[in-house]
Amino acid sequence: MSEYPVNDDDQGEEIAPMLLPLDAWHRGKGGRMVEFAGYMMPVQYEGIMAEHLWTRESAGLFDVSHMGQIYVSGEGVEPALEAALPIDLSTLKTGSVRYSLLFDEEGAVLDDLMVTRWSTGFYLVVNGATKWDDIGTLRELLPDEVTLNHLDENALLALQGPKAFAALERHVDGDTPLSALTFMKGASFKLGGVDAWISRSGYTGEDGFEIAIPGEAAAEITELLCGEPEVKPIGLGARDSLRLEAGLPLYGHDMTPEQGAMEAGLAFGVNKRRRVEGGFPGAARFQRDFAEGTARKRIGLALEGRMAAREGAVVMQGNQQVGVVTSGGFSPSLQQPIAMAYVDAVHTADGAALEIEMRGKRLPAKVVPMPFVPHRYHR
Amino acid sequence: MTRYFTEDHEWIDVEGDLGTVGITDYAQGQLGDITFVDLPATGATVSKGDSVSVVDSVKAASDIYTPASGTITEVNEGLADEPELVNTDAEVGGWLFRITLSDASELGSLMDEAAYKTYVESL
Repeated sequence: MSEYPVNDDDQGEEIAPMLLPLDAWHRGKGGRMVEFAGYMMPVQYEGIMAEHLWTRESAGLFDVSHMGQIYVSGEGVEPALEAALPIDLSTLKTGSVRYSLLFDEEGAVLDDLMVTRWSTGFYLVVNGATKWDDIGTLRELLPDEVTLNHLDENALLALQGPKAFAALERHVDGDTPLSALTFMKGASFKLGGVDAWISRSGYTGEDGFEIAIPGEAAAEITELLCGEPEVKPIGLGARDSLRLEAGLPLYGHDMTPEQGAMEAGLAFGVNKRRRVEGGFPGAARFQRDFAEGTARKRIGLALEGRMAAREGAVVMQGNQQVGVVTSGGFSPSLQQPIAMAYVDAVHTADGAALEIEMRGKRLPAKVVPMPFVPHRYHR
Repeated sequence: MTRYFTEDHEWIDVEGDLGTVGITDYAQGQLGDITFVDLPATGATVSKGDSVSVVDSVKAASDIYTPASGTITEVNEGLADEPELVNTDAEVGGWLFRITLSDASELGSLMDEAAYKTYVESL
């Protein structure tokens, strides 16, 4: 028995993995720890399948403290951030969260991120594996008057699933009730007596929350939430299968600097006013792709049979290679293999019949709309 | 019947020149939820150490190497509908394939149960 490489984000130097505030907590709960994005992280506790299904029917608590939390503030921060990102901040209200993209000058996707307007500045959450590069890129793009703080003392938790609200509500206290938060809205609360920034957002397709708290309180708050009967800790393995079913791309796999936003199906990360006005890095590439379309597109594939297609598998139409799989696995909710792939645009109509080459076999696959499993956001 | 183990966590039960191969309980625990087993073709001639089967779990695919050379005579058809048998009954009902051994002397390089237990504890 020998395992093929597990999906991971740690492309890079060989340095000892760092430990996150919940390291001991995960080990105490039987979490199987692996290196991911330069940190030791739990890949699973009781098993990916059970954790996945638990999140879909109840609530799962994810430690995503490896992600980068950044606070950007100072004079002129708003125009400066608009010059750096394709976001329209004029329509982003205080406490609102929006998905955005970080491009290089050629319009290649360097990262995707969440931007929240706080009363005095902007709170950014970026991917763990890319956060150091992102901080460098943003520092270059932002003028000296704008301060960039890496909130590296913070932990970040995600509580996801249809029962996340009920479990969390028992422990929060704030100026606004938790029920006032709809999808992509956030506010400050006391959570178990600890200062927390909570937004109704996540990476599973379920209703749920992302919770920023001081790292020193992370174990206490995690213990508190996991003490609720609806809540179990969930590892990175199920996080990956959940986001795949939700059709959400994983940076470094389903979007890389090889692609622009259009090709990656992420045009919504470039806000309407900015599509027209431009004025962000890589605007010319985006505008051209938006007007002319791209040769390839990121699409969803549902496979026949039970053999999963994995990242790197070739997509065929007859004898012609028409694409490549960027994420794939067995869907615990659908009980069939699913995949994301970049495929030549002419073969991407819903229902188009393709094949995936896997270990010398041809697996029949059909183009299907994403998400594979419907989103259940609380709008 | 004698059971041998490999360092890659396969087991083989040998009776005469017939072997039955599976993965160990330790291996299935490491792999997690098994969703599909790609079994070899019956009649195939294989050499010790060849990758003859692949076990898919939710997170990854893993090669299974044959512990001995020979000809595949039978595969566990039940795994097509119930791949999770490899999780729940790895060392009995979750067997993968049967093989007619072409060189029984190869078994000498494998571990017995006590040696495998020591090996797993060292991991």
